[in-house]
Amino acid sequence: MTVVARFEIHGVRYLDAAGHPCAELPPLGRDREHLVALYRAMVQARSFDAKAVVLQRTGRIGTYASALGQEAIGVCIADVLRAEDVLLPSYRETAAMLGRGVHMDELLLYWGGDERGMDFAGPREDFPICVPIATQLTHAAGVAAAFQYRGEARVALAVCGDGATSQGDFYAALNLAGAWRLPLVVVVNNNQWAISVPRSAQSGTETLAQKALAAGITGVQCDGNDVLALHETLAAAVARAREGGGATLVEALSYRLGDHTTADDASRYRDPDEVEARRQEEPVVRLRRYLHAQGWWDAGVEEALKADCAATVDAAVARYEATPPPAPTAMFDHLYARLPAALAAQRAAAAAGGGHG
Amino acid sequence: MSTVTTTYREAIREAIREALRRDPRVFLMGEDVGAYGGCFAVSKGLLDEFGPERIRDTPLSESAFVGAGIGAALGGMRPIVEIMTVNFSLLALDQILNNAATLLHMSGGQFNVPLVIRMTTGGGRQLAAQHSHSLEGWYAHIPGLRVLAPATLEDARGMLWSALEDPDPVLIFEHALLYNQAGTLPADAGAVDIRRARVRRPGRDVSLITYGGSLPKTLEAAGRLAAEGIDAEVIDLRSLRPLDDATILASVAATRRAVIVDEGWRSGSLAAEISARIMENAFYELDAPVARVCSAEVPMPYARHLEQAALPQADTVIRVARGLVRGDG
Ligand SMILES: Cc1ncc(C[n+]2csc(CCOP(=O)(O)OP(=O)(O)O)c2C)c(N)n1
Ligand SMILES: [Mg+2]
Repeated sequence: MTVVARFEIHGVRYLDAAGHPCAELPPLGRDREHLVALYRAMVQARSFDAKAVVLQRTGRIGTYASALGQEAIGVCIADVLRAEDVLLPSYRETAAMLGRGVHMDELLLYWGGDERGMDFAGPREDFPICVPIATQLTHAAGVAAAFQYRGEARVALAVCGDGATSQGDFYAALNLAGAWRLPLVVVVNNNQWAISVPRSAQSGTETLAQKALAAGITGVQCDGNDVLALHETLAAAVARAREGGGATLVEALSYRLGDHTTADDASRYRDPDEVEARRQEEPVVRLRRYLHAQGWWDAGVEEALKADCAATVDAAVARYEATPPPAPTAMFDHLYARLPAALAAQRAAAAAGGGHG
Repeated sequence: MSTVTTTYREAIREAIREALRRDPRVFLMGEDVGAYGGCFAVSKGLLDEFGPERIRDTPLSESAFVGAGIGAALGGMRPIVEIMTVNFSLLALDQILNNAATLLHMSGGQFNVPLVIRMTTGGGRQLAAQHSHSLEGWYAHIPGLRVLAPATLEDARGMLWSALEDPDPVLIFEHALLYNQAGTLPADAGAVDIRRARVRRPGRDVSLITYGGSLPKTLEAAGRLAAEGIDAEVIDLRSLRPLDDATILASVAATRRAVIVDEGWRSGSLAAEISARIMENAFYELDAPVARVCSAEVPMPYARHLEQAALPQADTVIRVARGLVRGDG
């Protein structure tokens, strides 16, 4: 018997949980301005997230999926993409969407049950939040195929969770990307849980990154709480895709510090000690410690930033709450480009405020 | 006016060819559509003419290439996706229902999905219980889709272009038994109106309402009924979603009797929906209960005599129509 193929999966980490370098740092580690900007974006995303949970608790929006503890992933995704690239998010990409330019009040509209929030002012080619698990990955392959077909140096980037990697669509999309060498990046936010199902029960593989191997694309794992590791890994994947080097699967190791959504109570199935232990590794504190150690940050700036973020969020909430709800007929407006005559009666019934009969 | 002799298969191929020539955003993808020419030989020769970028063999995953079709459509292309048969389209049902049909709504109006999906449907070719069903009625249930069933050469030639011009997802069902149908078309045949049903044969005594692969059988039945002195009108639905209620109801109001011929399974069928609409809107015009001729509710048998027994046949249509008109069914 001979070895016919050999594979390795690489992992990337630069900062340990305490924010101390644990490997020789990449140039970003010395880029004060850039790191501070990434830090600010994480704090802003977290403050939006916390507010959204409060709004749900007080009945002012519907179910919300918090990204607490996973902000670094979205912030770095938004940072490495170009405006002309296309993001295909799942429901936990608040940080990435904000970074791409979606407005907070648009996100609140969506989570408040008004799909107009997904008709965001920009970026116009980014996809709306995708809830059917992993289905956005095949769409991303199609977007990437369109870029490739037209010879455009653009990249499609889709994000999914660890649970999503068990789906047929996950593998089917990766396989298509491998067969066609598509300019695609798939980021798995491995937050260790798919609602109540832990990562260990999701797949027998040692890593999720290695699922790339079966599709013939690059697979890499990185510490999803370490901005330096994430940024480098994602930037390399996006560059490879843009230059015709094919698709990459990035597994970003993180932890879902909050409930699955506001409709969930994770204490029913999750050991609080585990959560506390993982809280020590979260990305915002980690980067703040690093910034402190460099002398680039102090308590005063932190306070000012927090106040600033809160004011931004409050202004967005005010805009959201001042938005009049759509008319009942609106549910027919985005069904077809032109509503078929056969549905006119149903629309008229909605306009009259009655049922359908 | 000059005409060309053609077949249903060639008419679809010509429509694809024309679309590829007219619009650089159009490409065809699916399983074995390239060198093999598609499992019903529709795309034969197109690879040589247009190359592998535009006539794309995909990895074998319906969900992947339908999903990629959605992505490509939103990415500015005009993909034509071919699925081998409606039975296999079920692997992509989630993409069609939860994504293609829903994205305009979920994006608050930001994204129409200009995707065309063609697939074969129907029995009669001894392809057995996993390749022969008529599930287009299921798709006709889904808001957000347009569902077409070309039954004539003219529609085989013209519906694709109209579908590509539609900003919303369109499913085109090609009945396997129609591919070899031969005839002539005007040399300049092109886009057709896809909103209206058509009266394929006018008549006064009974409306035979059908679509797709059942149209030839129904026309045959109407011809034989005429020999008995029963003047049947034949309606070809053409569009299964939305349904053209006006044409159906006008016909039934005039004939006062209706038989729906639908190759789907009877329970919960498209025929049931049409029947309900007639009850709701033309009950007092009727001289007889609405009747249905559908497929037997069994997995499609392989053996020829059993398959024929399971499918709607002209003989059955004649017997049922005669019963309605003479009251002696
Ligand atoms: C196809 C499909 N099946 C099931 C669900 C219900 N569901 C919503 S979120 C979720 C868990 C997803 O876990 P993961 O992929 O790890 O993402 P996370 O929520 O952790 O970000 C499930 C099962 C769904 N939305 N879509
Ligand atoms: Mg998860």
